[in-house]
Amino acid sequence: MEVIFLLIGVSLILAGTFLYLFFKAMKDGQFDDDYTPSIRILFDSKQKKVTKDQPTKTKSYE
Amino acid sequence: MKATSNSNSITKCYHCGEVCSELNLVLEEKHFCCQGCKLVYEVLSENDLCSYYELEEFPGENQKLKSSKENRFDYLEDSDIQSQLLDFRSDSESHITFTIPHIHCASCIWLLENLVQIHSGILSSRVDFIKKKVQVKFNQHKISLKELVSLLATIGYEPKISLSDTGGKPKATIDKKLISQLAVAGFCFGNMMLFSLPEYFSETQFLGEGFKGLFNYLNVLLALPVVFYSANSYYLSAWNSLKQWKINMDVPIVLGIIALFLYSLWQIFIFGNAGFMDSLGGLLFFLLLGKFYQQKTFSALEFDRDYKSYFPMAVTKLVQDKENVVPISKLEIGDVILIRNEELIPADSILLSDQASIDYSFVTGEEIPVPKYKKEIIYAGGRQVGDPILLTIQKSPSQGYLTDLWNNEIFEKKHDGLLEPLANKVSSVFTWTVLTIAFLAFFYWSFQDLSIAVKAFASVLIVACPCALAMSTPFTLGNTLRIFGKAKFYLKNASVIEKMAQLDTIVFDKTGTLTSPANAQIEFVGDELTAQTKNVLKSMVSKSSHPLSNRINHYLGDCELERITDFQELKGKGIQAIFKGQLFQLGSKDFTGSQLEPNIVEGNLVYFTVAGQSLGYYSIKSGLRETAPFVIQQLEEEYELHLLSGDHSHEQVALRDKLGTSIQFNFNQSPSDKLQYLKHLNQKDKHTLMIGDGLNDAGALQESEVGIAVTEQISHFSPASDAIMDASVISEIPSFLSFAKANRTIIKISFILSLMYNIVGISLAVQGVLSPVICAILMPLSSITVVVFTTVATNLVAMRKGLFKTNFK
Repeated sequence: MEVIFLLIGVSLILAGTFLYLFFKAMKDGQFDDDYTPSIRILFDSKQKKVTKDQPTKTKSYE
Repeated sequence: MKATSNSNSITKCYHCGEVCSELNLVLEEKHFCCQGCKLVYEVLSENDLCSYYELEEFPGENQKLKSSKENRFDYLEDSDIQSQLLDFRSDSESHITFTIPHIHCASCIWLLENLVQIHSGILSSRVDFIKKKVQVKFNQHKISLKELVSLLATIGYEPKISLSDTGGKPKATIDKKLISQLAVAGFCFGNMMLFSLPEYFSETQFLGEGFKGLFNYLNVLLALPVVFYSANSYYLSAWNSLKQWKINMDVPIVLGIIALFLYSLWQIFIFGNAGFMDSLGGLLFFLLLGKFYQQKTFSALEFDRDYKSYFPMAVTKLVQDKENVVPISKLEIGDVILIRNEELIPADSILLSDQASIDYSFVTGEEIPVPKYKKEIIYAGGRQVGDPILLTIQKSPSQGYLTDLWNNEIFEKKHDGLLEPLANKVSSVFTWTVLTIAFLAFFYWSFQDLSIAVKAFASVLIVACPCALAMSTPFTLGNTLRIFGKAKFYLKNASVIEKMAQLDTIVFDKTGTLTSPANAQIEFVGDELTAQTKNVLKSMVSKSSHPLSNRINHYLGDCELERITDFQELKGKGIQAIFKGQLFQLGSKDFTGSQLEPNIVEGNLVYFTVAGQSLGYYSIKSGLRETAPFVIQQLEEEYELHLLSGDHSHEQVALRDKLGTSIQFNFNQSPSDKLQYLKHLNQKDKHTLMIGDGLNDAGALQESEVGIAVTEQISHFSPASDAIMDASVISEIPSFLSFAKANRTIIKISFILSLMYNIVGISLAVQGVLSPVICAILMPLSSITVVVFTTVATNLVAMRKGLFKTNFK
């Protein structure tokens, strides 16, 4: 039964990590705009061929 | 214009979808309505960005009305302005966020996020669709701010840059602190529930004492962030209210939190029993959830705009006949400024040119330009239509006729203490009752057993904690806010609903609210025109963007377009074109040279001549909205009605005929008259609602208890107000008001509902038999019942009032 002590500890740390990740995401602005990404994902990526020589393109998704 | 794409005779512009009146603007087999649209297409096709047109049909904005002045962005070279506008600046990279009102579809997002392909100086760009903003990162050495803005303007996405953008950073629309508090409360509540489960099922004795102790201590540990972080705002609010010798909703909540926490600590550390920590976590989680739900914001709308947000950033100043573009803040009295077509006049000034034609639609809501002559005073906020004019500044932009309103004291103080929220009234009674019961229980038991007395006392405070009471208001109001939003009526915050329920006086501004440009009364005085003449007229007016042309265009209805040549629009005068060798002219008397002498004083007259022969004139008056008399009829029983108008009183008789006699008419009202009028009503203890549209109503909208700004285009300018309403739903005002009233009833019923839970809970508590299990069940159950009840009730009432039908329009 003593293993439960360990499990409780593990579960708390795990849950705490998720809470931390949530805060981090919020601070980074992940929840600021919850509409545009839903449209953005539908765009074809064929333009990437054209912009291959521009490494800065990927920066827009930081 | 009811053009359909299947008809062969009509060609739509590939860029904006307008009907093309000229058929010679063709590029790569694609038709365009104007040079502007064609230019945008050229830029995009050069840069291989034509997917823009594949994502959505006709994604562009019509470019006909766009100002094409080369140097209009010169002020962006001013380093002061640059540093105010930029979010971030370093040697290699600058960041800026633009507001672009035109962002409206997937194509817009796609194009604006692919700006990199147009210019190598742009590093990246990212669109926030809801807020209509785009953040651009660019290299200032490769592309200057001015070039960047011009580039955006070239592709049809001209950003709106105004003075208010430079005044500090806008605050975050969603309260991030509240979300953090909610997350912490949720996390702690969930885990506490887990640790308390064995207690609920009396399983702890099987696990052994070690576990029970551990679970209790873990609960205490998890309760600490809830009590000392998540609940912070409640302490502050309760303390502020107590300082003023008042009891608001947060006082009993804080009382409950303290009782729960202290009693649980006492139980856990002294007796080793389970506390109520899980209930405490649940309580705050639900409370914060309610608060969060109520904080619905319409992020694309601004409710606190003042004159700064619509004044231009800069203006052309003449110094020794040389044009300089200077920021508005650097203008001084006596400066000579040059105002071009479609530019705003930033300060009260005197006209130096012979003639000007000023469109005051921002100020009064009336969009037809007013003629002005040399040496007349032109007030700030007007927009020149026609040739460039010269002006001398008489007052600095912050002290003009209009902006004076903002210096009025009412814009400084916030007066929201006039109507106390219902919940605060109830909570005062509630708190005293609970305290009395708690003390009575304590006294009763103290004669028999002191420990039961303490338990009963604490239990009453714990169980009576007004969780359900505190949640009924935010959930009802939050849901109402959403329903109103769907019906195109956007409220600044939830407290406006409570104020709306208690109004007794409604003040209308005439222009733009009761009357509408779309309902203009047009009459042609003269001989009947032949079908062909009408067709020529239609072809002419459809090329012009002048409001009067638009109205005549609307009036003419469906006509076939004729091939006219040499079309010219002379700003401030009229339009002309040649058809079959004859000159057709439509416009002012001087311009057309018409000999007609009509004896009409009101409205606008547009004369029509063919080859110098006058055929007649159009008389155009702004008309009452069709629904206006009906709205007045519905309101007159319950409310005292007033009408304010900046116009002359010659319309009074006609208006009285249509609107009835219950309404009090006031004509010739200046902006400050309107403000004084509202002040006067407020002093008579009236609860006022002001419905207006222009900047001239700004003072009155602020002074009234609830100010509703009516606008034809939600994303366009509207003065500071409590609510913004789409002009198409003005007829729904009676339903909106009665829905707000119904809300009050719903809140009251849910109060009674939660009171019933409290009676059950308290009756257990005074007997001293309240256990953590009962508490853990009773509290969430009562909260959930109240939430479900308010949500269902508001939706049902809204449905019965027909507030959902506007969705399908």
